[in-house]
Amino acid sequence: MDSAIIIEKGIFILAVFAITMFMAMYSTLAERKIAAWLQDRIGPNRAGKGGILQPLADGLKLFAKEEFMPSTQNTFLFVLGPAISMSMALMTSAVIPWGDKLEIGGRTVILQATDIDVAMLYIFAVLSVGVYGIMIGGWASNNKFSLMSAMRASSQMISYEVAMGLAIIALIMATGTLSVREIAAQQSGFWNDGWFTWNVFKHPLSFLIFLVCSFAETNRTPFDLAECEAELIGGHHTEYSSMKMGFYLFGEYAAMFISSAILAILYFGAYNYPGFQWAVENWGVNVANILGIIALFVKICFFIFFYMWVRWTIPRFRYDQLMNLGWKMLIPLAIANIVITGLVIVLTQ
Amino acid sequence: MSLDTISLSGKKKEVSNKKMTFWESLYLVAIFKGLMITIRHLFQRKVTIKYPEEKRPLSPVYRGQHMLKRDELGRENCTACGMCAVACPAEAITMKAAERKPGEELLYREEKYAEIYEINMLRCIFCGLCEEACPKDAIYLTETKVMVPSASKREDFIFGKDKLVMPLTEAMKNRQNQLS
Repeated sequence: MDSAIIIEKGIFILAVFAITMFMAMYSTLAERKIAAWLQDRIGPNRAGKGGILQPLADGLKLFAKEEFMPSTQNTFLFVLGPAISMSMALMTSAVIPWGDKLEIGGRTVILQATDIDVAMLYIFAVLSVGVYGIMIGGWASNNKFSLMSAMRASSQMISYEVAMGLAIIALIMATGTLSVREIAAQQSGFWNDGWFTWNVFKHPLSFLIFLVCSFAETNRTPFDLAECEAELIGGHHTEYSSMKMGFYLFGEYAAMFISSAILAILYFGAYNYPGFQWAVENWGVNVANILGIIALFVKICFFIFFYMWVRWTIPRFRYDQLMNLGWKMLIPLAIANIVITGLVIVLTQ
Repeated sequence: MSLDTISLSGKKKEVSNKKMTFWESLYLVAIFKGLMITIRHLFQRKVTIKYPEEKRPLSPVYRGQHMLKRDELGRENCTACGMCAVACPAEAITMKAAERKPGEELLYREEKYAEIYEINMLRCIFCGLCEEACPKDAIYLTETKVMVPSASKREDFIFGKDKLVMPLTEAMKNRQNQLS
């Protein structure tokens, strides 16, 4: 391995980190703006033009707040909670292909931090560790409400992970690979052999289940029982203040960004757009791929918008509704989906 | 006709507690309907008034900050009779009378005037009874169209004559309007 690749990957990872942070930062503004618009209001518009500097103002406020530590035996765990929450949200981005490849100075740069062939398993592993951030934080807070929130979050996560995994099995059966890069490449173009190439048109049921489970995994409404203010004050971040609180909130938005990216990559053709091959042939690899990155970000932004749109439309589920939906609806549907997909594969080959 | 079939408003809806079907219990149709409702609001006119720049139009009889009026020659109308203070249900008004000296005829209309006139804006309930009680047309709440500004000290809410008396420029403008 030459040193150039280390520098190349280093720069790439740094860029991905910066972009994720930037997107998370502006998701907070987008959330408030979309909430306002959906409720016929204007939203924050004082800091900068149209509120464009609001995230900076919020960040500054959080930094300036008093750092409060509750009387807990587990100060280490108390600090570990938000750290896990944040780092797990960021770790998933390692296997996300942001584009196909660029050619810079004769070198082929693959737009992915690492192309491991068990990327899907990696994503699942990291996603399920994400709940430890909430669990550890809730436990170490030494607060009944926090603990209750942590328990809710973890049981929700366990329930929905099953359906999520089963939904993705159907996809993996059809694509025949666990590599995210491979799945993205298979959706090349838009139309092939008389049908759309994007997975959402091939596996609509799998997509639907995955989408619902993504909401649950990112703790977004209607599955945000972990932080339901009415009963649990602030849920797992009741006892947190200053930037530790900021880390939880920020990690949540980062997780939302990454989750939107996964949705876009697995089901909505990743960086592909209609005419991708044509663009590669006529405009060159670089232009086509930069357009591809833009296409991916448009898709991601749409999903982020969708998350917020849903949040400001429906109330959160009751706990028993949540469990019924997870175990009695989504899991049977996911299993049925696997059977149907298997039949289709057998019949078409 | 029995009572349960009558719907005077035409909006009556039967509530039922029936078991949801499989598709209903997935909530997807209901959520989709809800999403369509909210997306329409995204494009609707926003109702927010951006306050310091935009102001809500006040009604012609809006009772705002008080004003002690001057007449067309710029003389203060108030004679410190104390009727407003008596009428005030909130005990917000105090004043001290003084006698007009020779040479002050252009400052005060009558021989007696208010040397000190204070309204405690924290006590005031803006009922307008002082305006009704005034025999000299001296105090008005409906003229200024100004809301009493906020302050951080209690003392700052006691408004003296410096804040209450109509500015001379305004009296001059009134005079000019009258002449033309």
